Amino acid sequence: MVLFGHRIPPAYSLLIWIGLWELAGRLELAFILPPFSSVIAELWVLAQRADFHAAALQTLQSFFIGMVIAIIGGVAIGFAMGRSRVANSILGMWVNIFASAPLSSLVPVLMLLFGLGQTTIIVTVVLFAIWIIALDTYAGVRHISPSLSEMGQSFGASRWQLLTKVLFWAALPEILAGIRMGLIRAVKGIVIGQLLVSVVALGRLFRTFSDNFQFEEFWALTLILFVFALAFSSMIGWLEHKVEYYAGSRI
Amino acid sequence: MASVTAMQSPHAAPDPAKDNIVEVRDITKFYGTDIHALDSINLAFPTSQMTTLLGPSGCGKTTLLKIIAGLLEPTAGEVFVKGKPVTGPGPERAFVFQDFALLPWATVLRNVAFGLELTHQPKAEREEKARQYIDKVGLGGFEDKYPHELSGGMRQRVGLARALAVNADVLLMDEPFSAVDEQTRRKFQEDLLHLLSVEKKSVIFVTHSIEEAVYVSDQIVLLSPRPGRIHSTIRPEISRDASPDDIRRDKAYLDTVEEIWNNLRKYLD
Repeated sequence: MVLFGHRIPPAYSLLIWIGLWELAGRLELAFILPPFSSVIAELWVLAQRADFHAAALQTLQSFFIGMVIAIIGGVAIGFAMGRSRVANSILGMWVNIFASAPLSSLVPVLMLLFGLGQTTIIVTVVLFAIWIIALDTYAGVRHISPSLSEMGQSFGASRWQLLTKVLFWAALPEILAGIRMGLIRAVKGIVIGQLLVSVVALGRLFRTFSDNFQFEEFWALTLILFVFALAFSSMIGWLEHKVEYYAGSRI
Repeated sequence: MASVTAMQSPHAAPDPAKDNIVEVRDITKFYGTDIHALDSINLAFPTSQMTTLLGPSGCGKTTLLKIIAGLLEPTAGEVFVKGKPVTGPGPERAFVFQDFALLPWATVLRNVAFGLELTHQPKAEREEKARQYIDKVGLGGFEDKYPHELSGGMRQRVGLARALAVNADVLLMDEPFSAVDEQTRRKFQEDLLHLLSVEKKSVIFVTHSIEEAVYVSDQIVLLSPRPGRIHSTIRPEISRDASPDDIRRDKAYLDTVEEIWNNLRKYLD
């Protein structure tokens, strides 16, 4: 961005938005929007509350368990689809449907199926993340040059060696891209899911804050979630950067 | 002078003689039901010699090489290596790929040692061996580079070193120089001949370049297309003791190139 002849680093645009937020809050334009500074003050208080700790821990734990299941499952499904025509014809359509379906509508059903506990959150995360990971893994596997598997075979690789020493690494850039997208979807899923369910973990806090018009707390919680989502996705982005040196040079 | 043997009648039940390291018998290959790639190929590849499969595109030369490598299954026929029938890849054969097929996430050292890694050789041992061959192909000092940091010619040297490192008896080379520019190619051909004279390997080499075939081969098998059949076998009798430049000006060399061209030109549409 160029302003009055000076180059402004992109991060500064965030400051402008924060300034506008602060201004709008101070002018009391909308009662749901308190000034940014009081949100930050509340964030500090919130971060020390025991009920927040318990809720955040529960959500985070469910998120991690769900992501691990989604990654293992998604990569396995993607590899099966990429390596076997039969698996692709059986799974392909369903994976595509689920990857584009509005899954939020399923969350109340999940609640009925799995109750009001951690299981529901985990299943939500898996359901939101697994399909895009499977699709990206599939794309990565299809992208592998046939001569690379022939090379493995001709030098005597077993099926397992071929998978772990050649094919997995060759598809890794796409797998990581899938994981990053899955992660973002899982964060969305967990927020939407918990708002809909709103009886467990952070969802309950959200509900409590909005029901009681505690908008400072509400926004503070939202900010925390945003920062977490951004941190996770940059972490995967960093991993993607680590494999970038070969992602472009594959044949 | 080059001697030409027409191959109208295949040898009746060829003996797995010791001087032929690889033999193929009655190899036929169909892709699907209607694409007839190879039609009853009978061939013998002499030990410690370089045999080239040469022909226009569609003659099935790469298909034949991949069948010998055990990467493709023939529709009919058998492949014998050292007198024994083979159905899959084996440690006595090593493949050099047209597109190099290097692991882009691995260093030159790990790529060269990769065949040994797959057979569970201890790390120190296989890296020691890999270093030797990296030096032999002229890549000393590039051990820790990644494939994308190397030129095409250097990448194929890595592919060659990887194939040599597993100490197979037969090298199967699928148009190894076709992705390499002309100058590099000539230098590489010379280095290859020198290296092979030291290493005593049997080589089966696929190319579509007549000059390359005549320059590097002890025996040239001409294949005709659709379906792939053996047209004739030529042994260019060129002295390998002369310098590379003298060979390329040698009358026998030029005559053989001309003769092959006359044989193949009728298959061009």
